[in-house]
Parts: sequence; structure tokens; C-alpha cells
Amino acid sequence: MHEMGIAMQIVEIAIASIPADLENARIDRVNLKVGKLAAVVPESLRFCFQIAAQDTPLHHADLHIEEIPVVARCTDCQVEWTVHEPVFRCEQCSSGSVEVISGRELDIISIEVVDEDTTDAD
Amino acid sequence: MPTDMYKTQRYYHHKDFQKPSHFHAGNGVVTESKKRGSREIKIARKVLDVNDAMAQQNRDMFAEKGVFVINVMSSPGSGKTAILEKTLSHITHEVRSAVIVGDICTSNDADRLSGFGAPVVQINTDAFGGDCHLTAHVIKTAAGNFNLDEFDLLIVENLGNLVCPAEFDMGENLRVVVLSVTEGEDKPLKYPLMFRVCHAALLNKIDLLPHLDYDRETAVQNIRKVNPQMPIFEISARTEEGFDSWIEWLMQKLHG
Repeated sequence: MHEMGIAMQIVEIAIASIPADLENARIDRVNLKVGKLAAVVPESLRFCFQIAAQDTPLHHADLHIEEIPVVARCTDCQVEWTVHEPVFRCEQCSSGSVEVISGRELDIISIEVVDEDTTDAD
Repeated sequence: MPTDMYKTQRYYHHKDFQKPSHFHAGNGVVTESKKRGSREIKIARKVLDVNDAMAQQNRDMFAEKGVFVINVMSSPGSGKTAILEKTLSHITHEVRSAVIVGDICTSNDADRLSGFGAPVVQINTDAFGGDCHLTAHVIKTAAGNFNLDEFDLLIVENLGNLVCPAEFDMGENLRVVVLSVTEGEDKPLKYPLMFRVCHAALLNKIDLLPHLDYDRETAVQNIRKVNPQMPIFEISARTEEGFDSWIEWLMQKLHG
């Protein structure tokens, strides 16, 4: 529901991350990690990103979203498992003391910049 | 975003994450060439880190002032405002309380919550872009209306929404989700993040149970599936049934 705000934040962070010597460069890809437990719908985020990226160095950029599975750990028996249903009880010992160790990511990992002046790229 | 579920060390759980030294607010670090004329610039930042940083500032400010903050969330119409009316009427004679209430439009909730001995500030998010949730920045601004030295408890009534508010840390101490028996029993399974991040659930409108086909036991089981250790208080804001336990728990948290 708040994907537009997220998209605007991504554009802002990406622009702020362009090193000074690449100031006129074009960003052609933004790599993002989104946990499956995060309150973000990837399709909606891609749509909003296209709008938020207009008139910025990201206007041709693809938003590459890697979805991260929900992984939980039992704090009693230490077993880890991937959570497919919204059930957070230990599969091994039935403990309810469970922590979520991945699946809440909403991280901008990197940007890929096209820099026509670079000659040592290979 | 609740920091207690998202500690930095866990953030690097995946083997392909870079070292924490890449986390900074300035320019990215150029680390590799992907193809001719293209460079990958590592960033590795949480998209919401601006909100998270502001939330931490709020948390520090509230701690310094000795103000305990609770964030009450639910879908629209579950009875948040009615619960807070009755809660305030129980506690304001002994706990110096203030309220921030968020809605997209209208000051109806602030009008209802006034008159219980606690000052109320209404946030209308249309002035902030029509957001579907309250953010740390909005709470900081709203809290500026109060002299925090004069209060022990700040209650924030979030916008009616079971999705987005769960993602935005405001610097609160305690999160409470309200579920009413006029909603589906499977709400916890449909909105697991909300029920994971909250510290207690209030199952409201139980006075209506005789008139409904609602399966109370299934609803409780569904909450327990998502958050097995979360306290659940079955209450009616209309009859005040169950309020003694809820108020007692809240006071324990406040004074604990």
C-alpha cells in the first residue's frame, strides 16, 4: 500500500550513491532484496518505481527484486527452517519461542551504472 | 520497522551480503565491473533506514523524558477508538496520559477521545501525502505539541490498516493489535507481519458473540500460530468485559 513511498526512497538512495566521478552516468539496474514477510508487493513496487524514476538518472533502470524466503529459528532447540505458511511454531520441538532471521528485508543492495567513459571495464 | 526483530547481525545472515562497513549514508563503493562500460556500485542499505533512524531518535527522546509509548493498530472499524476511550477512562486518574491519533481525514477520533483528562493531537495524513500509516517523522512532529515532562504514557492510535503500519517503527515501546469478532477468524494468517510484530492482541466486541457465527477458538488459534507467545485479551469496549486484565497488563508494562 505504501509502495510509492518505498519507490521514492529507493530512487533517492540510488541517486545519492552515485560516486562523484560518475555524475553524468546512467543507472541501468537497481538490485533490491525484499523479504516475503515485508509488507511490499513486488509488482506494485516495480510499477511505482517506473513513475518515481522519471526525470532522474534512473529513468531507464530495471528494478531487479530478489525475494528472500522467511527463515525462522527456534530459540529453544536452535533448529532453523523455511516458513512457507504463516505458522511460527517450532517444527521440531513445538516451542513457541521463535525468531525470524530472514524474510523482513527491504534492502537496496547495489546499482549498476553505465559509464561510457570507462575504458578499463574488462 | 521493529528493530528487535531485525537486529544487525541477522541482517547479514545470507552469505552473499557484504560486510557492515558498506553501510553508510554517503556515496556507494565501486567494487566490480559487470560488463564493459557498466559498474556495480554496492550500497547495502535498508530502504527505510531514514525512518528507522528517526524512530531511534524518538525512542531515545521518550526514554529521556520517561514517557512510555504504545502503538495501537488494527483494520478499520475494529474498535480502536472505543477501546481507547474506555482505557483512558480507567487510567487517567492515576497515569498522566496523552494521545496521538492518526487518520487520513477528519478529527472525529480526536473529538471522541477528548474529555477523558488526556490531551489529544489529531494527525491527518492527507497533509503528509495521504499515507496509510504513521511514520517516525510524523510522531516526532506530533509529540512536539506536548510538554513530554508532564506525561508518563503516550498512546498512538495508528491508521486503520493491518499492512503498512507493521512495517514502520515510530520509536514506540509496545505494539498492540486489535482484532474484532466481526472480522474473519483468519485475519492473523492473512496479515502475519502485523501479528508477529505486536506484543499483545485485543480480541474486541466479544459481547456480539451470541449473535455471530464467529469461531472464537479458531481466531485465538490463528493468532497463536503466528505468534505463539503473544498475550490475548478478549474484551468488549461496549460492556468493558475483560478490561481489568487488559488494564492490569498495560500497567505492568508501563511500570515494569
